Amino acid sequence: MKAILSTQKLQLSIAGQQICGGLDWAVSAGEVWGVLGVNGIGKSTLLHALAGLRPVDHGVVLIGEAQLDQMSRRTIARKVGLLFQHQEDVFPATVEEVVSMGRHPHASWLRGEQPEDVAMVEQVMVEMGLSAMRERLVDTLSGGERRRVAVATLLAQQPQLYLLDEPEAHLDPAYQKEIFARVKQQAVVQEAAVVMVLHDINLAIHHCTHLLMLMRDGDVEQGAVEGMATPERVEQLYGTAMRRIEEEGRIAYLSC
Amino acid sequence: MSRLPTVSRNAPLLLFFLLFAGAAMLLALKVGSSEIDWGVLWKVLLGEQQGTLATVVLELRLPRTVVAFVVGALLALSGLLMQVLLRNPLADPYVLGVSGGAAVAALLMLLAGASVAWMAPAAFAGALLSMALVFGLARLRGNWDPMRLLLTGVVVAAGWGAVITFLLAVSPDRALRGMLFWLMGDLGQPQLPQWELLVLLVGVGVALLLSREINVLARGGEQAAAFGVAVERLRAILFLLASLLTATAVTLAGSVGFIGLVVPHMIRLMGLSDHRLLIPASVLLGGGLLVLSDIVSRTLLAPQQLPVGVVTAMVGVPLFLYLLQRSAR
Repeated sequence: MKAILSTQKLQLSIAGQQICGGLDWAVSAGEVWGVLGVNGIGKSTLLHALAGLRPVDHGVVLIGEAQLDQMSRRTIARKVGLLFQHQEDVFPATVEEVVSMGRHPHASWLRGEQPEDVAMVEQVMVEMGLSAMRERLVDTLSGGERRRVAVATLLAQQPQLYLLDEPEAHLDPAYQKEIFARVKQQAVVQEAAVVMVLHDINLAIHHCTHLLMLMRDGDVEQGAVEGMATPERVEQLYGTAMRRIEEEGRIAYLSC
Repeated sequence: MSRLPTVSRNAPLLLFFLLFAGAAMLLALKVGSSEIDWGVLWKVLLGEQQGTLATVVLELRLPRTVVAFVVGALLALSGLLMQVLLRNPLADPYVLGVSGGAAVAALLMLLAGASVAWMAPAAFAGALLSMALVFGLARLRGNWDPMRLLLTGVVVAAGWGAVITFLLAVSPDRALRGMLFWLMGDLGQPQLPQWELLVLLVGVGVALLLSREINVLARGGEQAAAFGVAVERLRAILFLLASLLTATAVTLAGSVGFIGLVVPHMIRLMGLSDHRLLIPASVLLGGGLLVLSDIVSRTLLAPQQLPVGVVTAMVGVPLFLYLLQRSAR
């Protein structure tokens, strides 16, 4: 399977603190990666670097076969979509307008959005249960509703690589399930790849195929979920004692 | 054209703003020291009537009305762009010090006893100088953080403010009145605008071409970058464009307050948020409002004229507060 995202000897640091030193990594179509680590270790920073929003110290990031730092913003945005952790609204905009912005990288500069863009916006609004609130201003919505708007916008963008920063934040369990299912479906059906920062190791075990762990000692460990989610490694990752529970073949960790 | 329903659904609102601007301009031609019947005004406009009335309408009121419209339109557009650029709803055309630079240069000309003809070029040069200063200082460290730009601009504006106060303090009494009027915004010496109108048309054109990107930038710089906008370049263009619009407005009429801050918000409160509509609506409402304000400024205490900047606030404040209350729901 060909890699959608790959890094070679990637070095990245934030405020002098190293996030990864020489990361070789490949993410292929159909894979769902969970990025795990303690607070402040640099998970979001890594995600932003993969979207080309901040420069890397050394090494290269490839999207397909193209080097990320040689691509125009528009080309990147057609291939890579990023769900931010927060969205601050300064100016009013309706749900429908915000979701339409997902089509921005695809719309023609002069002619603007075409019927196929409108159809795509319509479809993702239905999927995310937003049709009834299409004319609401986003700053009047609840945290969870805004999260659904952000996810719908990302789906409208139709990238090959989905970068999600805590996609489950603010969401009810039902919508959490819905979003993870939708994202996995994109990965399988549309041959996209997903990389998501998660706080909850159990969500990661449950929904991801692979894990990338940013360890507290500066190492990065990666691999398929089954091999990665061992009690020793999880305890090392979070630096606290964890208890492993297994029921009907499903694994969960509790901190204790 | 975009096929988005959010655009086509709201587009008819533009007709309302167009009618408003047109009605304001006709009223400005009719009302004044010599009131003119609509029928007579019509004949004058068609060139079927000569004489004193025609002279008053065509050579006094028409240029003044056009200047008022152009200035109001320039300021409203500039304010709209500044608000997106700085991602701050409190931004106005003067927040980055462009008008301060213009005012210092114009007042220096007045003080030096230069002829009135020199004031406009001096004001424009001062505005460009201030613009270059803020641009250079804000970009010194390479990136275009809106907060850094805002702080740089606000501090430079404060510096100009001090220089203006200094100039007023050392000026002879006979020059003071002219200076104060200039500072408050004055449409007293109108000539039909030429290159200023061109600046407005080009500015509207460029802004409309960028309007879809402006929509995305209004959601935030990082978000816009993630949607494929070359944010640094767009911000640089918006800064230059908004500053140029402000410089042109200040050159025509001094610092007319309030229009640039409030007109974009009025339109947002009326329910428009897509810049493809906000831009033309701001231009029409800004122009129309300043034309109305000018009518009030020259008729309220006639024959005495008020600085139009006073009237924009007197008309604008209650109108804005009303819209704000209504939208609070």
